[in-house]
Amino acid sequence: MKKCLAVTLTLAVLFGFGTLAGATTLKVGLDADPVSLDPHVQLSGGMLQYSHWVFDPLVRYAQDMSIEPRLATRWERIDDLTMRFYLREGVKFHSGNTFSAKDVKFTLERLKKSVDFKGLFELFTEAAIVDDYTIDIKTKKPYALLLRMCTYIFPMDSAFYTGTDESGQPKDAIVKIGPSFALTHESGTGPYTVAEREQGVKMVMDRFSDYWDTASPGNVGQIVLTPIKEDATRVAALLSGDVDFISPVPPQDFKRIEKDPKVNLFTYPGGRIITVQLNQKRRPEFRVQKVRQAIVYAINNEGIVEKIMKGTATPAGQQSPKGYAGYNANCVPRYDLKKAKTLMAEAGFASGFECTMIAPNNRYVNDEKIAEAVVGMLAKINIKVNLKTMPKAQYWDEFDAQVADMQLIGWHSDTEDSGNFSEFLVMCPNKETGYGQYNSGNYCNPEVDRLTLAAQSETDLAKRSAMLQKIEQILYDDAAFVPFHWQNHSYGAKKNVNVAPIINTMNFPYFGDIVVK
Amino acid sequence: MFAFVVRRITQALFVMLIISLVGFSIKNKIGDPIRDLVGERVTPAERELLRDKLGLNDPFVTQYLRFAKNAVQGDLGVSFFHKKPALAVIAAKAPATLELVFGAALIIIFISLPIGVFSAIYPRSAFSRFTMAFSTLGVSVPVFLTAIVLIYIFSVELNWLPSYGRGETVSLGGWDSGLFTVDGIMHLILPCFSLASIMLPLFIRLIRSEMMEVLETEYIKFAWAKGLHRKRIWFIHAFKNTLLPVITVFGVQIGIMFAFTILTETVFQWQGMGFMFLEAVERSDISLLVAYLMVVGAVFVVVNTVVDIIYGLVNPTIRIAGRK
Repeated sequence: MKKCLAVTLTLAVLFGFGTLAGATTLKVGLDADPVSLDPHVQLSGGMLQYSHWVFDPLVRYAQDMSIEPRLATRWERIDDLTMRFYLREGVKFHSGNTFSAKDVKFTLERLKKSVDFKGLFELFTEAAIVDDYTIDIKTKKPYALLLRMCTYIFPMDSAFYTGTDESGQPKDAIVKIGPSFALTHESGTGPYTVAEREQGVKMVMDRFSDYWDTASPGNVGQIVLTPIKEDATRVAALLSGDVDFISPVPPQDFKRIEKDPKVNLFTYPGGRIITVQLNQKRRPEFRVQKVRQAIVYAINNEGIVEKIMKGTATPAGQQSPKGYAGYNANCVPRYDLKKAKTLMAEAGFASGFECTMIAPNNRYVNDEKIAEAVVGMLAKINIKVNLKTMPKAQYWDEFDAQVADMQLIGWHSDTEDSGNFSEFLVMCPNKETGYGQYNSGNYCNPEVDRLTLAAQSETDLAKRSAMLQKIEQILYDDAAFVPFHWQNHSYGAKKNVNVAPIINTMNFPYFGDIVVK
Repeated sequence: MFAFVVRRITQALFVMLIISLVGFSIKNKIGDPIRDLVGERVTPAERELLRDKLGLNDPFVTQYLRFAKNAVQGDLGVSFFHKKPALAVIAAKAPATLELVFGAALIIIFISLPIGVFSAIYPRSAFSRFTMAFSTLGVSVPVFLTAIVLIYIFSVELNWLPSYGRGETVSLGGWDSGLFTVDGIMHLILPCFSLASIMLPLFIRLIRSEMMEVLETEYIKFAWAKGLHRKRIWFIHAFKNTLLPVITVFGVQIGIMFAFTILTETVFQWQGMGFMFLEAVERSDISLLVAYLMVVGAVFVVVNTVVDIIYGLVNPTIRIAGRK
């Protein structure tokens, strides 16, 4: 019996080491796995990450936020409305088909049909094929962000997705609630092909042998992605060596990971701003500029970053993070309790008032704790806040219904550009145009609206930047909303995984280029 | 007898009807499934369109009748998140949960029996006192904490056992089993111990007190007087009678253990029904939730009905009492 046990154990150990020795497999533990294989079925961070692994965009952001050629090798503006793209030749799809201009046209058309993406591509008209490897992408009006939007165009294999499946449904149908061909099949040009997928359990991706980018340093032959939703379990899986890479790392475990000699911690500044909106329609007090300013002065957002976020965020005084066109160096965090009290007294509210607040408790990093801190900080200027937190599943309906005077929301710009923040968060709410869709503060300033719209079509980048910075200054002076911080992205990995070069502001780890020693 | 069986089955059907109604009326309170299906940028108008397409805007009665009609034919709807028939999703997740409960049950049996019996025979020994004190502690520690502590000790610090998931599974005619691979068994150990930890102290105490009671009875005293060997008295005569109430309680507790799998599965990323349920709540996957309620409800109703009918066969007074 003892012998038997010894043999079994030895075999187990050998087997364990055996799998370790095949070092080109990267085991990844993320908080969620991609919801489907169809890149156009849902616009979410997870789906875009997936798109970068299995598909390839026309262009993508480099770490310094410059635009990097991918399937488009170069581009030029032909006129105010048109940008001409020269496409890479000799690129193969996973199906074996050859990539050409028709696939770009097909993809753009499909994007315009997708419920989730059509808003982003509203300004785009049809693409015009010049020849097999040249294509003109046009917009309805001059659009400064045309090139940036092309980071969302991940060409799909038009031949592969054409025709009908067994049930008679077109293969390119975008189906929210399955089944559909595109939900379970993929053919992109990306570094990995999906070898095996069981939703919510695991996804195995193999390196695509005909991948065009032979210059990529990436040496990982296979990625096994497992969703591990529970924070503590995800960290334990990394520390015990069951996975090689995790994201996100919960702030309370940063020290633990930094201390461990076998693993490294990486953080990267992100662009998601966390704010609280003050509803001027519900609360007459919030219409008074001084009251709003007092609230901003009373919030110690640097303290929140240090104590609650454990330093894993950047305190904010505005919407645009550093590096964005609208970033205004004057708009810095301004915690000053004395000033806040003076402002409240000047506004005639020295004795304060009572108001309500809602916040999600599983949407942003430590969202509930941040909201609780707000309650404590505002109590110091005699504003009694009645806080209610809830899971995100219930939160957004309440948010839209504007059930509370103060509402917490985080926002990441889809375009990695300042204008997007204003369009959704501070422009006057307008049901017809859709602007101000998430402006539950009902802040409305015609000057901000005018500047935001003007910046959309301003193609002179310096002028445009000045406009966007002016918007930030107006919002800052007006205390249009309460800024907290920009969340950092966090990753943990074993020492032999070279994570630093592949992470970026968008939280799209480019696994195609990851090196494992 | 025939009338009795018909009556019980009618009652069972009625219960299923109530379950479906309750499930259906709470589903709109869980959250909005559309929110989870689309990005945050999608306009309210687009969401409304999608809602119309999925029939979520129809009046309650229309929705319910449509659901009931399909349910009678064995179709409980399509899961919004998994994009597959809800019943298929549940069926695929069931083996993981069943194996987890099975493993935990084995642990409970093989640990609680010897310890319970020992501490009944030698109630004053140091070991018995220790286990009794320890089991009080065991009852009060939540399973969530037990699981995390186990992971930190055995996966992170000692690196003996894997920290999450099911490991390598073998498919046996649609049943994905982790019981036939070394890797699968290794993955089972920690979750099973965590789950067993809730019931283990209870059973040790139950077996001990039952056994001590039996040891005081007249027939045991008579056996001693008769000069039977002590092993025969303990393990044959006393033990057999101890087991009867224990088995009854065990049957009830297994059901409760299924409820605790929700927590255990969440910590260990164990892909079973409990994990699926929690995720469905978080994602407001209401069609899957209703289907889950129906399936679990059906299992309990069927088991209870069969038990009632068997009772009726065995004990006629139940049939008669019901007639009045």
